[in-house]
Amino acid sequence: MKRNLFLLTLMAFMIIFGLTTLAQDVVKLGIAEPMTGAMAVGGELCMKGYQLAYEQNPTVLGKKVELVLVDNKSDKVEAANAVSRLIEKERVIGVFVSYGSSMAIPGGEVANKAGIPLISGTATNPLVTQGKEYVFRACFIDPFQGEVMARYTYDNLGIKKAALLVDIAQDYSVGLANFYKKTFEELGGEIVCDVKYNTGDQDFSAQLSQIINSDAEALFFPGYFGDVALIAIQGRELGFTGKYLGGDTLHNPTLIELAKEAAEGLICSTFFVDDEALLKTNPEAEKFVRLYREKYNESPNAVSILTYDSYNLMLDAITRAGSFNPAAIRDALAATKDFPAAGGAITINEIGDSVKPAVLVKIVNGDFKYEATVNP
Amino acid sequence: MSLNLILQNLANGLSLGSLYALISIGYTMVYGILRLINFAHGEIFMLAPYFLYYGVLIFHLPWWASFLVAILLTAVTGIVSERVAYRPLREAPRISVLISAIGVSYFLQNLAIVVFSGIPKSFHRPNFFKTIFQFGEIRIQSTLIASVIVSTIFLIILIYIIYKTKTGLAMRSISVDIETSRLMGVNVNRTISFTFAIGSALAAVGGILWGLRFPQIYPLMGMMPGLKAFIAAVVGGIGNVPGAMLGGFLLGMVEILYVAFLPALSGYRDAFVFSILILILLFRPEGILGKKVQEKV
Repeated sequence: MKRNLFLLTLMAFMIIFGLTTLAQDVVKLGIAEPMTGAMAVGGELCMKGYQLAYEQNPTVLGKKVELVLVDNKSDKVEAANAVSRLIEKERVIGVFVSYGSSMAIPGGEVANKAGIPLISGTATNPLVTQGKEYVFRACFIDPFQGEVMARYTYDNLGIKKAALLVDIAQDYSVGLANFYKKTFEELGGEIVCDVKYNTGDQDFSAQLSQIINSDAEALFFPGYFGDVALIAIQGRELGFTGKYLGGDTLHNPTLIELAKEAAEGLICSTFFVDDEALLKTNPEAEKFVRLYREKYNESPNAVSILTYDSYNLMLDAITRAGSFNPAAIRDALAATKDFPAAGGAITINEIGDSVKPAVLVKIVNGDFKYEATVNP
Repeated sequence: MSLNLILQNLANGLSLGSLYALISIGYTMVYGILRLINFAHGEIFMLAPYFLYYGVLIFHLPWWASFLVAILLTAVTGIVSERVAYRPLREAPRISVLISAIGVSYFLQNLAIVVFSGIPKSFHRPNFFKTIFQFGEIRIQSTLIASVIVSTIFLIILIYIIYKTKTGLAMRSISVDIETSRLMGVNVNRTISFTFAIGSALAAVGGILWGLRFPQIYPLMGMMPGLKAFIAAVVGGIGNVPGAMLGGFLLGMVEILYVAFLPALSGYRDAFVFSILILILLFRPEGILGKKVQEKV
């Protein structure tokens, strides 16, 4: 059944892009995303972004682009197999593996060995690009959000005393909190209370009493939205009146559903929000949202905008390289500077990570609203 | 540490402890009668708020009515689980029943994931349960008052049933010797079903109060409270009803005070609680209120 589904998807893509294969002058780009399995929903969002970008720019250097999709079945081993298949059998000159850092890490491993440039749109784990000169990403890495939020707290909110509530079971939470603390203290702020919890804890009364007693004006809690919803409710019940701040895991409508009025005013960093106020600041984002709505008749998600950017990033690099040589494309990618992407201008740093602005959103009347853009 | 903070933390501890107490009473009762550690207790606990959630959402019952329906349905689930998974193993070695209980626990968890989905749901709170009472700087949730009152009432009812009624007499005789009880004319199956019904109903009340205190429900929500209640029961002396209640309050208090006095180590709160279990098992396996039982040869 799974196999059939996979074959069907593959056939569908052959029909969509197959016609182009008839022409001699095609250049192949590979996509390995989860089309089946636990992450299938994410894989689908990725595809929407690639397809939209492909329709806008179907040619590069006078050749037609052909996208070849292979399902990695939400499986780490398959993720590596899918990329090798794209490289060895399909002879692609560039690969995209976006959804899930756990898929992008093994996929990147394979592409790097083969010397084929790979771009991940959404994988935020620092390990994805580390030590792999052929692997790049279109999103910022997790710890960067901690830095952004710290600067925003100190500079924009004018808060000098902040507290941390960290999930010690999640690398994500620990990473963000460490960078938040480091930046906030460098700026001259003070972390007055630094307490911890574990994923799935339900009672936070002791930690919150501690935080309230420390007179913190803001609480930074980068964690899973379910836990954070409970923290937000209990914090208000216990009388915490300061600001709630977090990372992109909180940019999830379920958080508002769970925490209700306790979530009001919460500010978190993220990649993108479909809000007029943000679109006005970036014509590329405005264009993306317009095209996306025309094609899919729905509001776009951050995942799609990042895969949309990945495709454009790759095409831009091929154009600047002026050749289809993977090594030349890699060098062009590494030299990317101020590329006007829909998700904010991208500069690639020496590791291969995107240096780009973060978007801050705030919960107002039960909805995420654009708050600010913080440049790196 | 300021006096206010200490008082606030004592209130926090009491609030958490009262919930543990309620869950561990059911745990300890089933153990006291059947010598069975019902590891599925935490899952029974999780089902009650879901029943309540859907009672209000789908059938539009007033909350007090769905409260009763949820408790009833949970009690039935308890009886059915005993019927299906424990009764056929009554003559088998005790370890088989224990393994069966773990099986029931995982079965219910996964069933809940399939039926209710794994995404947490917001638990509706009637306005009364959102109220916060403020004494100076100390803030107390109304659920604390509710859970202290409810657990005390249930404790009294339970002690009355166990020591003053015929069914209670049957329960106590079964806990000593099933075969002899049967010969004396005790309807063993019915008594055991009744025990499970009460135990599960207690878990249901605990689960609902838990949901009112921490208004978020998800299929794995019973795991940790279940384990903590088990520890509370062991601390109090497993099989001993007032002991379980005492154990619950103590455990809640210890957890909160641990975080309050060692905030830097607050992430290791569960590890600390489990080490208490190990220490109790090493140095006082019969618990605080438990009696030393000599195995007769």
